[in-house]
Amino acid sequence: MSTILLLLGAGLARGAVFALFALALVLIWRATRIANFAQGAMAVASAYLAYLVLVGTGSFLLAIVTVLVAGAAIGFGMERGLMRFVPSRSPLNSIIVAIGAVMVLTGLLGILFGADYKPIAVPFSREPLEFGGVAVVSPYTLFVFVVVAVVVAGIAVLFTRTSLGLAMRASAFDDEVARLNGVRVSRMRTIGWMLSSAVGGLAVLLAVPTELGLGPHSGDLLFVNAFTVAIIGGLDSPVGAVVAGLLTGVLLTVVTTLWGATVGPIAILILLVVVLLVRPQGIFSLRKARLA
Amino acid sequence: MTRTQATDTPAPDAIRPRHAKRRHWLLVPAGWSPLQRWGATVIILVLALAGTFLLDPYRNYLLALATAYVCGTAGLSLLVGRTGQLSLGHAAFMAAGAYAFAFTSNALADAEAPSLAHLLLPFLVAVVASSLLGLVVGIAGARLHGPYLAGLTLALVVALSSITATFSGLFGGDAGFYVSVERRPEWLASIIAQEQWQAWVGLVVAAIVLGALSQLVRSPAALRMQAVRDDEPAARLSGIDPVTTRVGMFGISAAAAGLGGGVLAYVTQAVSPGAYGLTLSLFLLVAVVIGGVGTLAGAVWGAVVIVLVPELTSALTEALPLPAELSQRLDGNLAIVVFGVILVVVMLAAPRGIHGAVAGLVSRLRRHRGRPGAPTPTT
Repeated sequence: MSTILLLLGAGLARGAVFALFALALVLIWRATRIANFAQGAMAVASAYLAYLVLVGTGSFLLAIVTVLVAGAAIGFGMERGLMRFVPSRSPLNSIIVAIGAVMVLTGLLGILFGADYKPIAVPFSREPLEFGGVAVVSPYTLFVFVVVAVVVAGIAVLFTRTSLGLAMRASAFDDEVARLNGVRVSRMRTIGWMLSSAVGGLAVLLAVPTELGLGPHSGDLLFVNAFTVAIIGGLDSPVGAVVAGLLTGVLLTVVTTLWGATVGPIAILILLVVVLLVRPQGIFSLRKARLA
Repeated sequence: MTRTQATDTPAPDAIRPRHAKRRHWLLVPAGWSPLQRWGATVIILVLALAGTFLLDPYRNYLLALATAYVCGTAGLSLLVGRTGQLSLGHAAFMAAGAYAFAFTSNALADAEAPSLAHLLLPFLVAVVASSLLGLVVGIAGARLHGPYLAGLTLALVVALSSITATFSGLFGGDAGFYVSVERRPEWLASIIAQEQWQAWVGLVVAAIVLGALSQLVRSPAALRMQAVRDDEPAARLSGIDPVTTRVGMFGISAAAAGLGGGVLAYVTQAVSPGAYGLTLSLFLLVAVVIGGVGTLAGAVWGAVVIVLVPELTSALTEALPLPAELSQRLDGNLAIVVFGVILVVVMLAAPRGIHGAVAGLVSRLRRHRGRPGAPTPTT
């Protein structure tokens, strides 16, 4: 019983990070119809900056602020400096340019920081707390839950209750009509990139202590996992990203506990193939969204 | 190579694919019969084989590596350019070919098979294994567009090292294992070095791949692929099955990559998952884009570039007076940065790549001289 609860807790914590990262993918997809293959590398770059701040000041809170600011700055740079110049004739072009950006970022991080993994110290214990003699969750896991819940709620409020969110939804839905109504579509795209990149960076920073370790290639596997999550949820659906993220996290934890850590990526591959074969439009996506 | 008069009556321009004239004359002149094209392939192959005598052993080794990459890039270039499917998993297909080659070659060595079988059979098994994997992935990805297929193939290549680690008894885990290959024949040993022989094997395999793919480019199948890529409903109306077309090209592309993996296993005489990781997949993509998406000549250019750039960057880092640690970090990473920059710049500034630039230049020169029958330059 306690093992099941512990697995569930660890799985949900892992899934919360996937959900957050997948949410970042969904944000860009909704704003620009680009699946951002550079998401992982961008997030890892901002996590490295947060790591520098953490080593310098010792404050995890400051590191979180740094990762958000750095993530937004990197997103701004990517959109204004690169992605808006990509010819949109074919969706492949933006993927290829994003992959070029991945190579530049991971290569530079490797040159600057080396290939070894950096440990990140967190101010919360990672030993599970006991409730009535049953070990359930660790304080760090609880902290991850709270942060993810706050960010998801914040994004939901932003999109449904504010005029900025309305303008962003309008430009994502139909940029021509939005422009005619006075929405600055290109500014909305930039904001979408900044928001998404900040959220992605936060996800990586939260995952580093328990999951990834900070290395230039930390983002590769997380990106694949989060991409799978986003596909399961439907690239258009933030709710789908969160639910699918939690489910995938639990599944992955169960699989790796049963058969060992190396089975994880194979399970993700099988899951992705099955979902794409059975329901390519995603579980939570109602409209036909597959035409990239 | 100059454009010669076709022996058979060429099709009227209106029904011939428009790109055929402007893009493919370098490797595949429009209007040549299959016999002429294979003849040209053989002549170029003989010239290339003779050319290996001009190279020292290390350069021959690099040439052998380049031929392995040519197989991978040629299939990928046609896949991306002709059907609009982006695969980030071609390293996994090369790995499938390499492991299949290794298992077969080692088994044949244990059985003390005759040398010709020991040389040829492993390549045959490599191409079968990789095309089977390609068909499976192709079927899963046939209904997918752009980012979805890219994500699926990315997951495949990321899972590769997990697969070899999980079944480490079979695949030798992270370290991989040695491949016992059939070396050069005795009577050649006094004439050529082992590296030159490896380059010969690679050149022959690459010539077969390029020859076969150049037939494909000039066949009705190429037209079907473009129809599916450009307008799927219209292609369906013309009786073309998009799924068959996509899956077919995916399988062919994977088969070519698998042969490249076989060459790589033959040349390096070892297989390990590290050699076929995400980096190799990205390098293949870079090569395709640099060379010119959708062209075979571009694939050759690109393969040469991805072999040469790491050589140049590591020569540079060795030449610079740097502390040992920094130079170790620069080694490898610098090449990746350079490739990333090239990829972005080419994509933004010259989407048709080296081949497009060269072809444009040549056709401009021809128009200048006012030769009759010169291809009309476009873009």
